[in-house]
Amino acid sequence: MAGGVCVLTEFQDGDFRKVSYEVASEGKRVADALGCDLCAVVLGSGIGDKAGVLGKYGVSRAIVADDERLANYTAEAYVPVLSEILKELEPDVVLLPASLNGKDLGARLAAHLQTGLAMDCTEFKVEDGTIKAKRPLFAGKCFGWYEWDSSARPQIASCRPNVFERTVVDEGASAEISAVTPAVPSELKVQVVSVEKEEGGKIDLTEAEVIVSGGRGMKGPENFKMLEELAQLLGAAVGASRAAVDAGWRPHSDQVGQTGKVVTPNLYIAVGISGAIQHLAGMGSSKYIVAVNKDPDAPIFSKADYGIVEDLFKFIPIFTEEVKKAKG
Amino acid sequence: MNIAVLIKQVPDTETVIKIADDGKSIKTDDIKWIMNPYDEYAVEAALRLKEKTRGKVTIISTGPQRVVESIRTALAMGADEGVLVDDPALEGSDVFGVAKALAAVVKELNPDVILCGHRAVDYDEGQRGAAVAEMLGLPHIPFAVAIDVDDGATKVKVDRPVEGGKMSLEASLPVLITLGGAHAIWNPRYASLPGIMKAKKKPLATKTLSDLGIDSSEVGPDARKIRIISMEMPPEREPGKIINGDLDTEGKAKELVRVLKEEVKIL
Ligand SMILES: Cc1cc2nc3c(=O)[nH]c(=O)nc-3n(C[C@H](O)[C@H](O)[C@H](O)COP(=O)(O)OP(=O)(O)OC[C@H]3O[C@@H](n4cnc5c(N)ncnc54)[C@H](O)[C@@H]3O)c2cc1C
Ligand SMILES: Nc1ncnc2c1ncn2[C@@H]1O[C@H](COP(=O)(O)O)[C@@H](O)[C@H]1O
Repeated sequence: MAGGVCVLTEFQDGDFRKVSYEVASEGKRVADALGCDLCAVVLGSGIGDKAGVLGKYGVSRAIVADDERLANYTAEAYVPVLSEILKELEPDVVLLPASLNGKDLGARLAAHLQTGLAMDCTEFKVEDGTIKAKRPLFAGKCFGWYEWDSSARPQIASCRPNVFERTVVDEGASAEISAVTPAVPSELKVQVVSVEKEEGGKIDLTEAEVIVSGGRGMKGPENFKMLEELAQLLGAAVGASRAAVDAGWRPHSDQVGQTGKVVTPNLYIAVGISGAIQHLAGMGSSKYIVAVNKDPDAPIFSKADYGIVEDLFKFIPIFTEEVKKAKG
Repeated sequence: MNIAVLIKQVPDTETVIKIADDGKSIKTDDIKWIMNPYDEYAVEAALRLKEKTRGKVTIISTGPQRVVESIRTALAMGADEGVLVDDPALEGSDVFGVAKALAAVVKELNPDVILCGHRAVDYDEGQRGAAVAEMLGLPHIPFAVAIDVDDGATKVKVDRPVEGGKMSLEASLPVLITLGGAHAIWNPRYASLPGIMKAKKKPLATKTLSDLGIDSSEVGPDARKIRIISMEMPPEREPGKIINGDLDTEGKAKELVRVLKEEVKIL
């Protein structure tokens, strides 16, 4: 069975990560436009018959490689397994999540299969029976549309989290499952020693629906408690400008911007952040932007949908109270 | 320990990007060029490994002669030698074209560790590290935020982030590692004045594709697997609204709550 669209999912700690459903949904839209079938490849450990759920999103068949050695991603273990499966399937299009693992996997897989990869895409269109992909360049300062050479198959693209809508096409459907014995290399030169997850299942910035970010205006690490409380109420993740990270107030993984995380939440609240070009590049594609800054001339206001010119130390506590009231 | 670092020259992050008249490239007239920040972290990490193992650090890049300045910067930071592949045929290459040239230079050097950025902050492709590793048949580890080597320099231990946490990995050598993290983690050193003086005398070789045994038909625009067909600017944002300055703080807070409820619809 050659041709068709294939999505690679991310299965971690006993379940699919949310972005897998986004990729499956977009895969379904692309497959429909191409007039072909959608299948999925699921690598991981302890998958059991959980892959059936992908049927809801339009996946007709899921190829499952369940193996303890695939519990944690490394390119060295995953790429040979996937390339074996893909050689059999011969899909025209492969979509995968542009999560951390997905970005790395896509790059190595494309190199291994000697085909082209469009990284971190935000839109696809189908024209003349092939896909074209749109992706941000310069952290979103501009965008590029890409096409693949006719010799480059499969066309591989990774999909930015939080951009593609999850669409249940058939609540009752279940994907047909084909289990395969994965060709994990017997000798691996890279070994996973440990994985540590932060307490409380912190939401990653790249996957957060709402982000509350603080900058140098926060004055010190202790004041971020204020933003954490607000974030908790809004179901948000907390981000930071490079100035706040450089000062050692926040961990590096919180940095938003051209040399940090590029984020696309539904709502981004910038608190005490001036809006330097590197910061704006990283969050400028957020759906809604709110800025709180005491300087009415701060450049962040040029990108903000709603600007609040106030001292943040006065405004944030009062706003937090109002949010509490609104939530009842 | 023999360490190779791949660096790319990119537009300064301050650059306001403008699309050129062909509609599929950017205007480069007024661009100030810098070393890709993640590659600066890679140079710093290499120098720390060098200090620990008394090794040697070679900087490798491809591009036109302006790239010499970035290589000299790395040499001034403390790297030992540089190699620039400057060949017009490489211009307009995709991942594979560039990676082929880089892999050929790396192969001659036969390093224990190869370091590079996880992505270049120009086209944000994040692919060349993995491609070079693949071409050399080496394993790679992405997004490193900490790199340590054992006393005998036989193994590296690398920490990398995963969503909501971190992962520690161990690898035998040789291995390619791509650098992640942020400026605050790596704090790349500045070039000192004596460093800058010394850098001028350090060996910096320029090579062409034929020096590396690569046929120019294997690289360049015609060999691309994937290409840009057009570029566009992000959609203009509607001019922002400043929430009524006549309101008191509480009034503004109430108005913002209304916006979140009725327009953003998250409350
Ligand atoms: C190579 C390179 C890469 C970079 N990458 C990034 C990146 O990825 N991300 C990033 O963010 N930056 C990045 N930067 C840094 C960037 O240029 C800015 O320096 C940084 O974003 C500034 O952070 P800030 O807005 O928090 O601080 P500032 O610019 O100092 O702004 C602080 C703001 O807080 C406001 N403020 C102060 N007190 C109060 C108060 N009480 N109430 C309300 N408002 C108040 C002030 O009016 C001001 O607007 C990079 C720089 C370089 C050179
Ligand atoms: N022309 C180049 N010369 C040397 N190294 C490069 C070049 N392009 C990319 N790299 C390396 O590969 C990394 C990833 O780049 P990219 O795939 O362009 O995002 C960069 O951080 C560099 O370390």
